Amino acid sequence: MQAHLKQTYNYAFLDEGSKKEIRRTTLKAVAIPGYQVPFASREMPIGRGWGTGGLQLTLSLIGDQDCLKVIDQGNDDSVNAVSIKKLVQSCTEAEVTTDSERATLIQTRHRIPEVPIRADQILIFQVPLPEPLRMVEAKERKTKQLHAEMDYSGIWLRLYEDIVKWGKISIGADYPALAHKRYIFAPSPIPRYDLPKLNRADGLFLFGAGREKKIYAIPPYTDVEPLAFDDYPFEVEHFDGCTCRLCGSNDTFLDEIFDETTGQKFYQCSDTGNCQKRQEKRHTP
Amino acid sequence: MGYVAVTGGQKAIEAADRINQWYRIKDAAHSLETIEIEKQLRHLTDRVMSEGGLYASEYAALAIKQAEGDLCEAAFLMRAYRSTLERTYESEIIDPGQMRVIRRISSAFKDIPGGQMLGPTMDYTHRLLNFTLENEQAHVLQELLKEQIPEFDTNQTLSFPKVAGLLREQGLLFPPKSSGALFDITRDKLTFPAPRSAKLQILARGETGAMTALAYSSMRGHTTNHPTVGELRVGYVEVTIAYPFDSSESLCLGELMLTEVETINAFERDDQGDVKLRLGYGLTFGQNETKAIAMAILEQGLETKGETPSQDEEFVLLHVDSIEANGFVSHLKLPHYITFQSKLDVLRQTQKLAESEKTETPKE
Repeated sequence: MQAHLKQTYNYAFLDEGSKKEIRRTTLKAVAIPGYQVPFASREMPIGRGWGTGGLQLTLSLIGDQDCLKVIDQGNDDSVNAVSIKKLVQSCTEAEVTTDSERATLIQTRHRIPEVPIRADQILIFQVPLPEPLRMVEAKERKTKQLHAEMDYSGIWLRLYEDIVKWGKISIGADYPALAHKRYIFAPSPIPRYDLPKLNRADGLFLFGAGREKKIYAIPPYTDVEPLAFDDYPFEVEHFDGCTCRLCGSNDTFLDEIFDETTGQKFYQCSDTGNCQKRQEKRHTP
Repeated sequence: MGYVAVTGGQKAIEAADRINQWYRIKDAAHSLETIEIEKQLRHLTDRVMSEGGLYASEYAALAIKQAEGDLCEAAFLMRAYRSTLERTYESEIIDPGQMRVIRRISSAFKDIPGGQMLGPTMDYTHRLLNFTLENEQAHVLQELLKEQIPEFDTNQTLSFPKVAGLLREQGLLFPPKSSGALFDITRDKLTFPAPRSAKLQILARGETGAMTALAYSSMRGHTTNHPTVGELRVGYVEVTIAYPFDSSESLCLGELMLTEVETINAFERDDQGDVKLRLGYGLTFGQNETKAIAMAILEQGLETKGETPSQDEEFVLLHVDSIEANGFVSHLKLPHYITFQSKLDVLRQTQKLAESEKTETPKE
């Protein structure tokens, strides 16, 4: 099947006209940080809602000189990441890597790599629900208007109600933030731990929502402020005193894992590429 | 073999591919010929072409074989293939009034010009399992049917005037709402309020079950909508493009089989005070009659104001696509470790807060 793709399909799967359209949309997105630019998303050979937005961005940008890393939950070897990587490999000559520092393009679901993205790298997010206001307004027609008028009272009220009800803001991942003092955007379901990495960063962050047909961007050096109140500041996930059982780090995002035989709970790095490198460093004196 | 989505992904996928192939073929006496699917499972092929938005019966049959009969998966294969095709021409407008009809009925009038023609339908056949099909001899049956239907000739030209044309001549119909410039849902993201052309395109390739359920909800009681099928016709129409070197001439590319439905709804009064009937319009690839009727009901419902789900354009148009609905619902099978971890973190923090509140304010 994969070998077959190479002969029968265009370079990077999509026809050239479609790739050009996606790049033009991306340019507009870069010009208006956080604004969701509509585009006519194509059906891809992986499930709709399984990363087709990110995949279309990747395919529209990739060339043979590129080096691609694909992660899901921080992991290079997660099945969906592998599936996406295989598809890109089957229709391009681009090199793949697990080393985030070697990659020119990184497609991700739910994480930002631990090592900061450089100016010559692009991080591409797969986005399930691009509309941060959807939690307070079901209709697209209305949310578009709310963004246009910068009427964000609904979402602020939602955060306030959380505090009244639970004593704190109860949003876990996909925490809404304000891009360059203008548009509230959904950072995709990355943990809160990763959200500050978007603020005034060196690299370009692109967000692709295939099913919802939107592309948006956080360009380099954009202000990204998580929504919070002065007396209820933004908080990231807590890993009080926990360390990775593989590389020993205590400053990374950790997965909670249970040993099925002993029932014991332990932690290890969610960013497997980075964890691997740290382990190698530890073993080479 | 246990699989952890954390590691071993590559090997697990390869193994799953192999196991899939094994399950597909392990008990097979012979591999299914795609031409058997194409020619003998007409409705299945038609449905996959319709929901896939690609008129190619050979490929639809291949998709059905590859998907082992999973309809949504087969429609999905067609859509994904469609994404790779360059858009070269736009066809000229097709006139279903010129259709080479194989079936045509009206529930509104007993006598329609040209008459009703039941054609291929199971509508009036008892739903009893026909056990003789288990040992059917195709060529014996073919000979028998040829004798029984002596004038049977699929190439005869039969075209009829449209029933809607009669009503229009008598001044009983509102003209269709103008859709302005043609919107293309495969080239532009839908905006709301959606233009009529976009609504029709989305419904034309919508998922049959989803559309039938929504149309049923509208008929059953959520609106008082009980339309009459003015005409349902199934048949072949020619697709033509303007001749590239002389646009006054047309080039015929081939034929499409279509189902067209026009429903007549309760009369309305328009802004000018005129009282007339409004048509609902349904058109699908292949013989997909229930879907075409559902489309006409939904299309008409979206033109009326009201609070029911079937009158809400965002509700209907954003949820009837098979590929999108199936994709997103099934993505829940993907790992959500990070989001869940994050949710757990918030829960634990909130629990701590709740505990401390309990100890601070003892019960009176």
